[in-house]
Amino acid sequence: MIILTVFVLISVSVPFLVTHQPDEADISKRLAPPSRTHWLGTDRVGKDVYSRLLYGSRISIKIGLVAVAGSVLIGSLFGLLAGYYGGQIDNLLMRGMDILLALPSVLLAIVIVTILGASLTNAIVAVSIVYIPQYARILRAAVLKVKELEYVLAARAVGASDWHILLTVVIPNCLAPLIVQATLGMGSAILDAAGLSFLGLGAKVGQPEWGLMLRDHFTLIRQAPWTVLAPGLAIFSMVLGFNLLGDALRDILDPQVKTT
Amino acid sequence: MTAYLIQRLLSMLLSLLGVSILVFWMVHLIPGDPALMILGERANEAALQELRQQMGLDQPKAVQYARFLSDLSRLDLGRSFRTKGLVAEEIGRHFPPTAELTLAAMLFAIVFGILAGVISAINRGGFWDFATMFGALAGVSIPIFWLGLMLILLFAHQLDLFPVSGRLDALLDLEIERRTNFMLLDTLLAGNLAAFADAVWHLILPAVTLGTVPLAIITRMTRSSLLEVLNQQYITTAYAKGLSQWIVVGKHALKNSLIPVITVIGLEFGYLLGGAILTEHIFSWPGIGSWLLKAVEARDIRPIQGGVLFIAALFMSVNLIVDLLYAYIDPRIRIQSAAV
Repeated sequence: MIILTVFVLISVSVPFLVTHQPDEADISKRLAPPSRTHWLGTDRVGKDVYSRLLYGSRISIKIGLVAVAGSVLIGSLFGLLAGYYGGQIDNLLMRGMDILLALPSVLLAIVIVTILGASLTNAIVAVSIVYIPQYARILRAAVLKVKELEYVLAARAVGASDWHILLTVVIPNCLAPLIVQATLGMGSAILDAAGLSFLGLGAKVGQPEWGLMLRDHFTLIRQAPWTVLAPGLAIFSMVLGFNLLGDALRDILDPQVKTT
Repeated sequence: MTAYLIQRLLSMLLSLLGVSILVFWMVHLIPGDPALMILGERANEAALQELRQQMGLDQPKAVQYARFLSDLSRLDLGRSFRTKGLVAEEIGRHFPPTAELTLAAMLFAIVFGILAGVISAINRGGFWDFATMFGALAGVSIPIFWLGLMLILLFAHQLDLFPVSGRLDALLDLEIERRTNFMLLDTLLAGNLAAFADAVWHLILPAVTLGTVPLAIITRMTRSSLLEVLNQQYITTAYAKGLSQWIVVGKHALKNSLIPVITVIGLEFGYLLGGAILTEHIFSWPGIGSWLLKAVEARDIRPIQGGVLFIAALFMSVNLIVDLLYAYIDPRIRIQSAAV
């Protein structure tokens, strides 16, 4: 929680914390080691690594939030429809999910980016699609459990519509596993999007995105290790923060897990 | 068991058919004319038209898909426009390095994951439990492409203990005939032990990089599964008989607790196949991942289609084998599936 709070605070107050503009390049100072003017050194075109790292935190949080929001919304909708209506709808939607699960996530994301074209937005869309089946399965399982409970039957008996039951009765009772998965999913989304940028399939040249910063400098690892150390550590600590929070939420929301 | 096998095979075939549709549609979803992509901007209209006809792009989509499936059934995956080679042959050539790398990574993850999980479980609540669990959480949080770079920086550049990239020293490479393209096997077949040792040496850093995430997941799974078994009454009885902790854990508890771990191992193979793309990229490993990535960069559609289908089929086959193994080890699964 502390790690994430620090990151959120940093990303909100980036303009006050940076020492340089992220695109401000001074080629005469390229690959300068950390110093008082450039706290984390400079990159291969003389841009300040520290300032770019801080701007990168905004991008990473945005990637995580947008990608997870997309997959939670679509995945939940699919899961709800499949679980609540069952039959052909269930079959159709879940077979679709099986196809998405038939490919390793990085590969599926690469396929989607190949179709859509390489850009940060498309990388977010790809990561979002990759994680849809997870949420669809969680929601479907939760709905199957909840829909036979007495209070749902009671709501149906008093004439409530399907959508009313889904939105006001079923969803609130399925939220716990969804929140846990979404928190853990933020970490995975940030990792996958950084991986796509590292492969040259995400952020565009010049953007202060952490994965791209690694891609641009990994061949210079011996000459200027600071250009590779800093962005990697940043991705690692942000993902660790989300995973720690996800684990803690699981312990709180699912006491069964805590006992083992 | 036969009914279960048929049911699983059918569902795998259905999913593969789905992937084939996805892969087929890729050509039509990618913006631009596929013929233009293959022949390049300078191609004349006549050549483009001929290629469109040759590829069947002027036919209705259903006919094109039927043709695609018929080619697929003959393992004809077309030609790469970049290398001009047959895609099926290129997959055959690039798969052994990836298989070698993923198997080595899995071996590393299984051995150290189970060991760490056991240490963590028998020290529940203690320092080693905390340290192992934090290590496992860090393991799933680390970007593997960065981990690979850090291992290169530390062990290859600073300490000079391991090579930076490749599968074999360039000079030794000249002595080895590629019979299987599994480097460990080829060096052994050549009877060259120095080359075999060098191949193992080259394999260690990429395997550790790729195996770290599965290692962390296997550690967590082994711990929770072992803790559950250690709470059973027969374990208390074993302790009551005066057996030592190592015998109770090693002989009585571990075997039963490994059943769920097998499923995780199977699922992690999918991760390894995906993660191999990143790992191969960093270590210049000539496997299917880096081959596929080059095809993606060049938008070379045939190898992308073939590679994706191949990996999907491989991934599903591994999952099927794991499911069958699981049903074989744990009869309750068979009974449940028979009941369904």
